[in-house]
Amino acid sequence: MKKLNGIKLKHRKNTENSATVELPVPAIVRIPMSMHMGAPCTPLVKVGDTVKVGQKIGESDAAFSVPVHSSVSGTVKALSDYRNAMGNVCKAVEIETDGKQEVSEEVKPPVVTDKESFIKAVRESGSCGLGGAGFPTHIKMNPKSDIDTLIINGAEWEPYIAADYREMLEHPDDIIGGINLVKDMLGIRQAKLAIEANKPEAIKNFNEMAAKDDSIDIITLPSSYPQGAEKVIIYNSTGRIVNEGTLPADAGVIVMHVSTVALLYRYCKDGMQVTTRRMTVDGNAVGEPKNVLAPIGTSFREVMEFCKTDIDALKKVIAGGPMMGMSVPDIDMPVVKTSNALLAFRSYDERKTSSCIRCGRCVNVCPLGLMPAEIDKAYRIKDIDDLKKLKVTLCMNCGSCTYVCPANRKLAETNQLAKALIPRK
Amino acid sequence: MNRLIVSPSPHDENYTKTSTIMLNVIIALMPALIVGCVYFGLRSLLLTAVCVASCVLFEFLARKLMKRENTISDLSAVVTGIILAMNLPPTLPLWMAVIGSFFAIVVVKQLFGGIGQNFANPAITGRIVLMVSFPAAMTHWTAPFTHEVLDGVSGATPLPLAGTDKALSYLDLFLGKSGGCLGETCALALLIGGLYLAARRIISLAAPLSFIGSLFILTWISGGDPVYQILAGGVFLGAFFMATDYATTPISTKGKIIFGLGCGIFTFVIRKFGSYPEGVSFSILLMNVLTPYIEQLTRTKVLGAKEAEKNE
Repeated sequence: MKKLNGIKLKHRKNTENSATVELPVPAIVRIPMSMHMGAPCTPLVKVGDTVKVGQKIGESDAAFSVPVHSSVSGTVKALSDYRNAMGNVCKAVEIETDGKQEVSEEVKPPVVTDKESFIKAVRESGSCGLGGAGFPTHIKMNPKSDIDTLIINGAEWEPYIAADYREMLEHPDDIIGGINLVKDMLGIRQAKLAIEANKPEAIKNFNEMAAKDDSIDIITLPSSYPQGAEKVIIYNSTGRIVNEGTLPADAGVIVMHVSTVALLYRYCKDGMQVTTRRMTVDGNAVGEPKNVLAPIGTSFREVMEFCKTDIDALKKVIAGGPMMGMSVPDIDMPVVKTSNALLAFRSYDERKTSSCIRCGRCVNVCPLGLMPAEIDKAYRIKDIDDLKKLKVTLCMNCGSCTYVCPANRKLAETNQLAKALIPRK
Repeated sequence: MNRLIVSPSPHDENYTKTSTIMLNVIIALMPALIVGCVYFGLRSLLLTAVCVASCVLFEFLARKLMKRENTISDLSAVVTGIILAMNLPPTLPLWMAVIGSFFAIVVVKQLFGGIGQNFANPAITGRIVLMVSFPAAMTHWTAPFTHEVLDGVSGATPLPLAGTDKALSYLDLFLGKSGGCLGETCALALLIGGLYLAARRIISLAAPLSFIGSLFILTWISGGDPVYQILAGGVFLGAFFMATDYATTPISTKGKIIFGLGCGIFTFVIRKFGSYPEGVSFSILLMNVLTPYIEQLTRTKVLGAKEAEKNE
């Protein structure tokens, strides 16, 4: 089996040994109606309504959508417009909290008997791919092809982030329970829990836990970036290739994130939906880097203040990891379901871009075997035929090419721009 | 709070810059340059200084004249200057070196768009222009240490002596104790530089190995002395420092191997059947010109990509 290309990154997992701390409930939360991929929800509450923890406050008729639940108890103050980091606008429910955190009567374990009721329960849990993409979990659970392998993504491939690692150390039973739940409900024979080699303690724990269980394999992924990318993790744990224009399900696999399976397990046990988010707070502007469990809708400012961040000195704030995260224009944006990290930096040097020297580093690091330097050239002359031949549409924006470029060309960005030139069929 | 910087991911980078790469190439060239100066005297150092200074100056002026951002700080002009000097006889009149530098930097590099855009290796093209324009000066060799002028007609560089009883020993060739261009004679020093670059992951050894390997095998098959052929002349300088030039060689490993094979074959053919005793520069130039085609044929295979649809 051919080894995929990758890059060696400094792991900088400064918070891997800090146990998760619960963030105090903030005075106000702002919960966006779209934290997932798919149709945004419509608010189910009005200004002045009182809400409790776990109460459904947003729902959509569309199948490709995920309901939204309140993370706090309190009073709805406003329904405002919210622009997310992608630039999309949706409604957000602003709730003034009462600090009591009363749990709604809607929170009760779902009745799960078969695949159909399970998938319904998955939708009700408000769960979407917690790794970052936010793909609705219940859609993933209902593939058209036969699935023989469930891959659980515990790669946590980005520098700094340790939130999944903490989940794996703090709640290993929920993860194993969740894996068995999904496996049994969907009738999948084999599960593979894939963890990057830089988390030896988690690998050791899970190996002990799954020692007697043949249906769960623990896979150690090589310590090279990017391991958690769907195509890469599928290839590295099963040797299968997801072909252009097909889904992982067509290769017989479903990939789920460790935090997502743990959440489903907890939801089926006690009925609590996605209302909090475990995230790593780090970066050189953060005084006390931590892993926190924040109510959804808490502002980034609140989270950063809790971690003693020097707000006045901030130069750059990233929601997510340094490689694929989104840089945030405004620190009053809320924590959403997919926020796995918040990185705050007091310094950021923007290097100048110079001419391509054709060193080929970008080609040598692309895990998918793309040629970013050639794509860059084709993009500049808008050669759409060549862009198609160069398969730019397969780029997953892992950023390795930009990372290694000595001329500091924004190759990953160019790939995304080039994709837009190719007409969709 | 200042305004936050918003930019597309990734937000991290490694700190290898173009100038870092060029600096490493300069470091790698030092052993051969120092050996050259020891063997052929301080005149070599002066010649190198003139080449470097004129290359940097021409780059500066050309960019200025074209109203483009100045790029002398990326050190690529310095590299071109050193490699050009290493490809010249130590006795070459300085004004000729300036002409070579002009051609390398202005005509080959800047007129085609500057760093990364040149179709051929600037230093090699500079050398070829000088060789065609001033054949006598370009084949005026001196002996190492004594600086005694060697007779160019009967052939004093090691290559024309191959197979005669005046042929040098392998050790002398390896250490570079022969007449020749300033930086090409000492295979050992060039090898050290090349391995340094490979260890720093600046170059891949695919092209040098296939270049030297194919020349070795072809010479061997044709009944020549393969060790002599690879040690004599500019093979090591060409293989490690010019057949690995980023701008003018293919990116993929497969392409690099083809490039090296081509260089080896052309060098062998020119040396064996051509009227020039040396063929390294011409072979590299020829392969430079073929590079875009090699590149087209050796594109990488993308994971899971469909075959290109027909009539597209």
